[in-house]
Amino acid sequence: MSTQPQQPAQEMALGATVPKAAAQPATADHQAGTRHARTAARLMMAPAVILLLGWMLVPLTMTLYFSFKKFLPLRGGDLGWVGFDNYVRFVSSSAFWPSVQATLVIVGGVLAITVVLGVLLAILLNQPMWGRGVVRILVIAPFFVMPTVSALVWKNMFMDPVNGLLAHVWRAFGAEPLVWLTEASTQSIILIVSWQWLPFATLILLTAIQSLDREQLEAAEMDGAPPLSRFAYITLPHLSRAITVVVLIQTIFLLSIFAEIFVTTQGAFGTKTLTYLIFQRVLESQNIGLGSAGGVYAIILANIVAIFLMRIVGKNLDA
Amino acid sequence: MARAITPQRKALNTALAWGVGLLIFFPILWTILTSFKTEAQAISDPPVFLFFDWTLENYSVVQERSDYGRFLWNSIIIAGGSTLLGILIAVPAAWSMAFVPSKRTKDILLWMLSTKMLPAVGVLYPIYLIFIKMGLLDTKLGLVIVLMLINLPIIVWMLYTYFKEIPGEILEAARMDGAGLREEVLFILTPMAIPGIASTLLLNVILAWNEAFWTLNLTAAKAAPLTAFIASYSSPEGLFYAKLSAASTMAIAPILILGWFSQKQLVSGLTFGAVK
Repeated sequence: MSTQPQQPAQEMALGATVPKAAAQPATADHQAGTRHARTAARLMMAPAVILLLGWMLVPLTMTLYFSFKKFLPLRGGDLGWVGFDNYVRFVSSSAFWPSVQATLVIVGGVLAITVVLGVLLAILLNQPMWGRGVVRILVIAPFFVMPTVSALVWKNMFMDPVNGLLAHVWRAFGAEPLVWLTEASTQSIILIVSWQWLPFATLILLTAIQSLDREQLEAAEMDGAPPLSRFAYITLPHLSRAITVVVLIQTIFLLSIFAEIFVTTQGAFGTKTLTYLIFQRVLESQNIGLGSAGGVYAIILANIVAIFLMRIVGKNLDA
Repeated sequence: MARAITPQRKALNTALAWGVGLLIFFPILWTILTSFKTEAQAISDPPVFLFFDWTLENYSVVQERSDYGRFLWNSIIIAGGSTLLGILIAVPAAWSMAFVPSKRTKDILLWMLSTKMLPAVGVLYPIYLIFIKMGLLDTKLGLVIVLMLINLPIIVWMLYTYFKEIPGEILEAARMDGAGLREEVLFILTPMAIPGIASTLLLNVILAWNEAFWTLNLTAAKAAPLTAFIASYSSPEGLFYAKLSAASTMAIAPILILGWFSQKQLVSGLTFGAVK
């Protein structure tokens, strides 16, 4: 993947010290310098490490703490320890399984659309053409639009059943306009979120495809391999790692989409994802214990995905 | 030897790619166009694309009526402040990891990345509570701190990737000439690292500008940035397409321009170096 040769992490002591210093006659001065550098390095790392450690541990501990309590700030406050009661109640509430389903459908739908279209777009953009730079900008632009703007623009100017542009298109074909956000609410959210994330998938897949060996493709073409098998046996395997990275990173972000739902359906019509359900429990109904138990579930879920991503990123550090 | 491409093939590619590109860009284009229409033209049936009476009225109305400038100022302070603070903290950390690596460097980097994976909603109430207790709710300072913390892993990673590409021989040579640690950082590394720092800055301003979980949940009237300002238009009485479009255009224009400059760094920054 990477073009420049890199040494394993332990030997990356480029600037300083370890390998080269050992080769030279070790003067006391040099060793003191190395030790000095190490101490300084620790000190320089300390603020970032301490801050992130605090950012991780303090809220996490509090969420765990609240998750074992009956805690209703507006209705009696702290009502004592309840063991795993909140965890049981969160998963046995009637809203839980629908929210899991909505989450899976939305995340799965967006992943499928962005990866498939992303691969096709990346291949298209990699072809010789006029004005590729401009097309590239057009394609990645949605990624820079803030989520509340894209949700609101889609909701009003495209999906509105009376004045929305899609309603005009429907009517032009003599069809009854859809009330998108109630009749096809989940699909509408998938459409909005896919529009936002397609640029990300395309850009990463395009970067990966550009490192593909052209000569290999041309050799296959000369040997008479049809385009579809060239794609299946050369391009796709080459992209597999980039696709994995896209899927993992997007999953982590998609599991916590919020603004798109907050602005459009507010979780109604079957679009209440796990994230939105927890948000409602915590801030709207102020049932902190229950919401915190839900938060712990969300953290566990995100971590399962994160482990796979970290493994790939970690391997790349060594490579 | 590059294969010859027929002009027809190239023309076909071009037409197809432009078609798809314009389709994807269309919602943004439509928003920008609508922002220059009158409210009547904005909802006219059939819709008008280019041939309408262009007006700047919506922009001045949005400006006056909603105090747009204040939200813009909040966005600038929050996105800029959190990025600068993050870079201030991340530069020394990334520097030491890139130039004085130890056995634990890789683990620390991966652990930092893992904090980025923590779902915000899982810690919503603790942060909310801490904010109330410390008087940070609906303050710019509070959001600067939170957005700095959620983007710190990305900042450290990006800087680390850039710093690692600075050749170590230069440092070696400087050290031979008697440069101390401080001179090394100030006069040799910093100038070489400036392009990397600049692109890190750019990407993180974009991410912070568009952040829409904490900015929506931790602000009310006072410190609300543009994300929250736009969300306030979702109520029915705010349903004026032309004005909504003007407000949206103003909220995304600065970032569209910054984004155009940052597209090269986007991939390695957002995939933590997993795709280059």
